[in-house]
Amino acid sequence: MSVELTPGLILILGALPVPLLWGRVRSIYLLALPVLAFALMLDTPNGVFGQLELFGLQLTTARVDGLSRFFGYAFVVAALLGAIYALHLKDTVQHVAGLVYAGSALGAVFAGDLLTLFLFWELISLASVFLIWASRTPQAYRAGMRYLVVQIGSGLLLLLGLLLHFHETGSLAFGHIGLESPGGVLIFFAFGIKCAFPLLHNWLQDAYPEGTVTGTVLLSAFTTKVAVYALARGYAGTELLVPIGAVMTAFPIFYAVIENDLRRVLAYSLNNQLGFMVVGIGIGTELAMNGAVAHAFADIVFKALLFMAMGAVLFRVGTVKGSELGGLYKSMPWTTGFCIVGAASISAFPLFSGFVTKSMVMSAAMEQDRFWVWIVLLFASAGVFHHAGIKIPYFAFFGHDSGKRCREAPLNMLIAMGLAAALCIGIGSLPEFFYALLPFQSEYHPYSPDHVTAQVQLLFWSALAFAILMRTGIYPPELLSTNLDFDWFYRRLGRSAAGAVGRFAARIWQAFAGAAAAQTSRIVEKLGSHYGSGGIPARMTQTSSMVFWTTVLLAAYLLLSYF
Amino acid sequence: MSAAWLHLPILQVVLPLFGAIAAAFLKRSASAFALALVVSWLMPVIAGALLWQVLTGGPVSYHLGGWEPPWGIEYRVDLLNAFVLLLISAIGAVIMPAARRSIDLEIEADRQPRFYCMFLLCLTGLLGIAITGDAFNAFVFLEISSLSTYVLIALGPDRRALLAAYRYLIVGTIGATFYVIGVGLLYLVTGTLNMADLAVRIGPAWEAQSRAIIAALGFITVGVGLKLALFPLHAWLPNAYTYAPSWVTVFLSASATKVAIYLLVRFYFSVFGSAVDLDLLPVATFIVALSVAAMFLASISAVFEPNLKRMLAYSSVAQIGYITLGIGLQNQAGVTGGLVHIVNHGMMKAALFLAAGAVLLRVRTVRIAELAGIGRKMPWTMAAFSVAGLGLIGTPGTTGFVSKWYLVLGAIERGWWPLAFLIVASSVIALVYVGRFLEIAWMREPAEGLAEAADPPGSVLLPLLILAAATIYFGLDTALTAGIAGQAAQSLLGGMR
Repeated sequence: MSVELTPGLILILGALPVPLLWGRVRSIYLLALPVLAFALMLDTPNGVFGQLELFGLQLTTARVDGLSRFFGYAFVVAALLGAIYALHLKDTVQHVAGLVYAGSALGAVFAGDLLTLFLFWELISLASVFLIWASRTPQAYRAGMRYLVVQIGSGLLLLLGLLLHFHETGSLAFGHIGLESPGGVLIFFAFGIKCAFPLLHNWLQDAYPEGTVTGTVLLSAFTTKVAVYALARGYAGTELLVPIGAVMTAFPIFYAVIENDLRRVLAYSLNNQLGFMVVGIGIGTELAMNGAVAHAFADIVFKALLFMAMGAVLFRVGTVKGSELGGLYKSMPWTTGFCIVGAASISAFPLFSGFVTKSMVMSAAMEQDRFWVWIVLLFASAGVFHHAGIKIPYFAFFGHDSGKRCREAPLNMLIAMGLAAALCIGIGSLPEFFYALLPFQSEYHPYSPDHVTAQVQLLFWSALAFAILMRTGIYPPELLSTNLDFDWFYRRLGRSAAGAVGRFAARIWQAFAGAAAAQTSRIVEKLGSHYGSGGIPARMTQTSSMVFWTTVLLAAYLLLSYF
Repeated sequence: MSAAWLHLPILQVVLPLFGAIAAAFLKRSASAFALALVVSWLMPVIAGALLWQVLTGGPVSYHLGGWEPPWGIEYRVDLLNAFVLLLISAIGAVIMPAARRSIDLEIEADRQPRFYCMFLLCLTGLLGIAITGDAFNAFVFLEISSLSTYVLIALGPDRRALLAAYRYLIVGTIGATFYVIGVGLLYLVTGTLNMADLAVRIGPAWEAQSRAIIAALGFITVGVGLKLALFPLHAWLPNAYTYAPSWVTVFLSASATKVAIYLLVRFYFSVFGSAVDLDLLPVATFIVALSVAAMFLASISAVFEPNLKRMLAYSSVAQIGYITLGIGLQNQAGVTGGLVHIVNHGMMKAALFLAAGAVLLRVRTVRIAELAGIGRKMPWTMAAFSVAGLGLIGTPGTTGFVSKWYLVLGAIERGWWPLAFLIVASSVIALVYVGRFLEIAWMREPAEGLAEAADPPGSVLLPLLILAAATIYFGLDTALTAGIAGQAAQSLLGGMR
């Protein structure tokens, strides 16, 4: 058994019969697909597969090497966790969309050329939006539409960039691209949008919290990580990525602290974790690259775990607003436990996954004497602990008792969370096995005394700060509020500005075209008026204006030609 | 056999013409339908054979009545018009089986034979424009197709169809008049009406008569532009497509505007382009500017349109913009993109209008707001609609992507990067209007009026699925579409000065 076209195809084509299956058969089938894709990947040696020709262009649909294989494993794990977590679901649309989404993410990381990458890049957007729309609320529809426009926009930038790149180099191969050519810059922006670079990030916090309980788990795993992979492949060692990543780690912290919707808090923390990976890619040494991709893997698991825990709360209680929750540990002890494991992992507690991956990036920054980068990352680490490590479990499961009592999450959700939690602890406690999978050569030992003590001190002081702030009441209380982010500019200001310009233009237009059209042909209008009466709506396009335009065009053409 | 083989060009036109006459005398609608079905299924066979002749033996020249050109009328088939002939006849053949059910709903039984008569006449005219090598003969066929189109539109069940047809008649007549003025000017200057002969004689006449030739190009461009709905001459199209019988819209959207585009291409490259250096004239810039305006403004109209058929009609105007844009680019990749989009858009839009017709057949409304959850009730119809809709956006794996690929490449080759950006940006608007409907169709709870809805009968569903499958197939295997379009573009551009 080996890869014919791409491992992603198993999930994409496998999604087709799902509407025809039901009951237990469907559950087994849904779980079997990711396992099958995993087996296929294990069985495939490194190399290139699926060489084919599409309208005269040579494509490589599957390139298996250390980097793509590593992301492939991570995505299969996420797909499997997501499938288990969603087993109780009867919504066929979500099952199909989820499988196609996971399959196209796999397809994207195995793409050996830019056109194949673009193909799956677009499919990722199209499939994933259904996981948002499947919430079936008006907000979800609008957020999904905004998400889709941004994602497809990123795809189109990629298309434009790859065409320029192709025009310049005559090759579509997806290797190192760099920022030297205009095509490279466009592709960089395309990746940047999907990776939620600062100021290009709002789609993430906008759309993910509107996704379905199960859909958001998948969303958190794939879209942004595909972008991380693409950056690692095309822009490793690009200096610009270091400041971009550093800003990404720091600024979401402030928003996360004041945000009330706990899934949106997680979305901000996703942004912040991506920053660590981007910094790693920007530094570009083997240790840093290993750190970036390892952290991507770890983040996929623990972020999925946290989204699953919040999803379980949303599923049982119907809200994830911090102001309305609290004291749920009595009702949902298992979920609480798993959530704490996820929180410990994201906060990089020793023995949990975040510790052994994030520290690689920080060490790489230190090795290169990038002191300020290191400081920002340190601040960000403390901030993560604050908003994701403490705030999420504290407000949801402890804090003031909201009096809400519900049942524990369904069994399949608990199993999915349990597996994710086990992975978090496994990676963190036995990192040697995990490190063996990493694509680049570098020796690293996370459990040196200075690392552990530094991290424990950081966590201790951060926890103390949270405790003091809570006691003294300085900590921003959980309130029902809307926080303005950069997207306000294009969503509100942009709309009203566009409206004003539009109204102004329309007024001039009416004055101009109306007068001119009326003058040109009264006769035709008179004829038209006979038909205009008698219930036929006047909004139909007037013949006179068509004639007017014909005349204008001919006159303009002749004038331009003669003079 | 061999006699028929030699006379294929005239058979392509005469068969539907005789069919139309015969249909006019038939009393029963079933027999008229059978006749139309047989004729329309013969057409792609002939067109395919012609394409084969051209591919193996070069352009085919057929002299009507044995009169030598340029005095007699010449039918001249090269790669470009063999391609267009095959598109129109193939789409006509694929959608013909769907006509019966759709027409039953919208036209009374005793008027149906005359409907088929008008359809065959329209087919005659369209195929005639595409096949003839004579500029005035093209005018005659233009009138045949236009007059029958006005009747076809006016047969629509809504009273507003009459007004839409009437307005199209006024504008269409102006367009045809402009065209014939242009041809008349050329005749004055050169004394010939044969297109190939015109191409030879315009060059020498340029020195003395450049003003008349420029004016001729202007009149022909604007006149044909009206017929092909070049922005802003498109205003007749949305209402005509909305109120015409559904099946007529399917046919017109895939054929009428496409033939007009062919005529423009023919005049632009083969007649004027080979005689005059077109870069001296502003006509390419002119076409590109209008195309870009169409891509954006018409797409935006589609976003706000509450009627599904009219939304698709506005989308047609925008998509025609892509085609004319490719032509205006005047380089290999651009013209290939424009020509291939003639075929690709024909397939996609036929599928979309057919799906809209199926919806009308089952639920008697095409107001988008009333179609919530229609995907659950008519899954196959809406699946085909979704595939073709993705084609409109230009999703990879569909034909739309192939067109976009060549167009963007053409813009980059020309060095017009902002234009490349605009091409991809405009597909975001297509995403919004297609996505808006898909969300309503698939993600909402079915509306109350849709309780009875189900997929249409096989005669409608099968053509729809074939068209949707073609949208994907030709998105992956482009030998027949982009391959031939590329060769046609090469010979068109190769003949230019």
